[in-house]
Amino acid sequence: MLRSIRSTFIMIGECFRMSLSNILGNRARSFLTVLGILIGVAAVIALITTVNGFSGSLSSSFSSMGAGTLTVTVSGSDLKSGLTTDDLTELTTLEAVAGVTPNVSLSARVSRGGSYETRISVSGKNSYYFRQNADLLTRGRTLNVTDEDNTTFACLISPDMVETFFYGVDPIGEKLYIDGIPFLVVGLMSDSGDASISGVMNGSPDILIPYTTAMKMNNSSVVTSFTTYLSEGWSSEAATDALEAKLDEMFSYEDDCYEIMDMSSIEDTMQNMLNMVSALLAGIASIALVVGGIGIMNMMLTTVTERTTEIGLKKALGAIPWQIQIQFLIESFLLSVIGGAAGIALGLMLSLILSKVMGTGFVISTFAILLGAGFSAAVGILFGWAPARKASKLNPIDALRSA
Amino acid sequence: MTAPTFFKMEKINKYYQMGEEQAHILKDVNLSIEEGEYLSVLGPSGSGKSTLMNIIGCLDVATSGRYTLHGRPVDDMTEAELARLRSAEIGFVFQNSQLLPRLSAQKNVELPLIYAGVGPRERRRRARELLERVGLADRMAHMPNQLSGGQQQRVAIARALAGNPTLLLADEPTGALDQKTGRQVMALFRELNDEGRTVIMITHDMNIAKNARRVVHIIDGELTEGGDATDA
Repeated sequence: MLRSIRSTFIMIGECFRMSLSNILGNRARSFLTVLGILIGVAAVIALITTVNGFSGSLSSSFSSMGAGTLTVTVSGSDLKSGLTTDDLTELTTLEAVAGVTPNVSLSARVSRGGSYETRISVSGKNSYYFRQNADLLTRGRTLNVTDEDNTTFACLISPDMVETFFYGVDPIGEKLYIDGIPFLVVGLMSDSGDASISGVMNGSPDILIPYTTAMKMNNSSVVTSFTTYLSEGWSSEAATDALEAKLDEMFSYEDDCYEIMDMSSIEDTMQNMLNMVSALLAGIASIALVVGGIGIMNMMLTTVTERTTEIGLKKALGAIPWQIQIQFLIESFLLSVIGGAAGIALGLMLSLILSKVMGTGFVISTFAILLGAGFSAAVGILFGWAPARKASKLNPIDALRSA
Repeated sequence: MTAPTFFKMEKINKYYQMGEEQAHILKDVNLSIEEGEYLSVLGPSGSGKSTLMNIIGCLDVATSGRYTLHGRPVDDMTEAELARLRSAEIGFVFQNSQLLPRLSAQKNVELPLIYAGVGPRERRRRARELLERVGLADRMAHMPNQLSGGQQQRVAIARALAGNPTLLLADEPTGALDQKTGRQVMALFRELNDEGRTVIMITHDMNIAKNARRVVHIIDGELTEGGDATDA
């Protein structure tokens, strides 16, 4: 028993050597044969690696814009159309909530007093917002609690606004008319603007004013949209529960008065979509693998026909059918795996270039490599099976006679 | 009965299906060989001698009849059992030496040992020894296309001997050689027989057949003893 296992290993080792010399002895043909596998594996690897890098940078940009926040949109009930300033203050007393930023937006006619006037989206924020977005201010000052309490007419403007209204003039200390009301420009925003999810989804606002002032201009005493910043150590699920409990109480347990949007659930959805797309693309790419497998099968069938004499001879010299079969299987396996290895290298190179071009991260995916290697090995064995079987079934006499 | 039967064929018949018709290739062939004999099977082409060789060489099995080789009945063996029997008992030498072009002389000789599962060191030792035996000690690493026809045939003989077979089976071994090299190869067979190996040679050439100590004729699938060729 042990002896026969040993001799099987010896035989298989020799098969590898002979197959390798056959493959290398016919370099051009071997290369063309494995080209299909090579392209297929390269495509699958490049796709998976690129999508992985993309989703990596997606989630990092998501976490920079929205990790640890919950965005609440209030539709209100008949009794209570939104949250008052006091309600917001009450929310901040929740353990889960570190702070609240109302989003009061209005579209206003903006001018510098002259005849030129344009509609601009204006956003009302509180001082907490500026604490959370510390790098928003480039010059001047932010809006503070005094501005909120006194509904001052102070504003911060974006570089776009500076260009539109204050070309060649230092805007700080200048006046800007918003719906006819003179506002004092107290600070300048950076170009990156609002990195929060509401900023990204609504487009960065060009003008920021105290939210209390914005509410007044809207003739409204309530806030219908705000962002909640979570306290350290709170998961968005737990915080959502806590927030829901409080809001339910505020709206007297009426249904459908508000909606809490959780950044991580949006990210999950997007990741799921991305994964689906990548699975679909990988599926399409794996058609190339199947085509490559058929190429190998075709090649192996030709090889079997060409080497009929060799097969007959080996049989005459005492090779058992399965030994012949395993030799051809090893050859197609090797061909395919060589193609697969080259494909992995090419695929990684491609995705490295792609990641540089698209500016996404480059993460070598072990899964993709294992998939590529496994798939090519499987293709080699699967598509090598029939030709190898054909070889092993050859009648040694017929095989020898064909010489 | 002390020793098992070495080689015995009784009433061997072989039919081939040729389209609608059945061709009767071998007709009631009886043949017994003692260990250490040197036998020629002489017959024209189409006489059934190749079929007989295939059955003797366990590449094919008879339709009916009994064939015993080295005490083992061959008739009902499976393909794998036949392969093992070939590996252990029979060394083939073909008309055109049938060396694998991508393997060196030494590797070609090692080939049967690979299938027999012999380890690399033992294989190498045995291949060297045999190539020395056939006078090719200085050609071990040569590829077949770097060898002359006679040298190739001697490599093939060394390969046939690799498994230390009880029976050396040669099919027109000089068919592709010129007369001088042919004589050298025949001399080698003679030497091997002198060393005690059983040799069966299939040929259509009377002059080649005469090298054997015993000649049988095969015509139209029927085998007849031709007596001692050296006397003829």
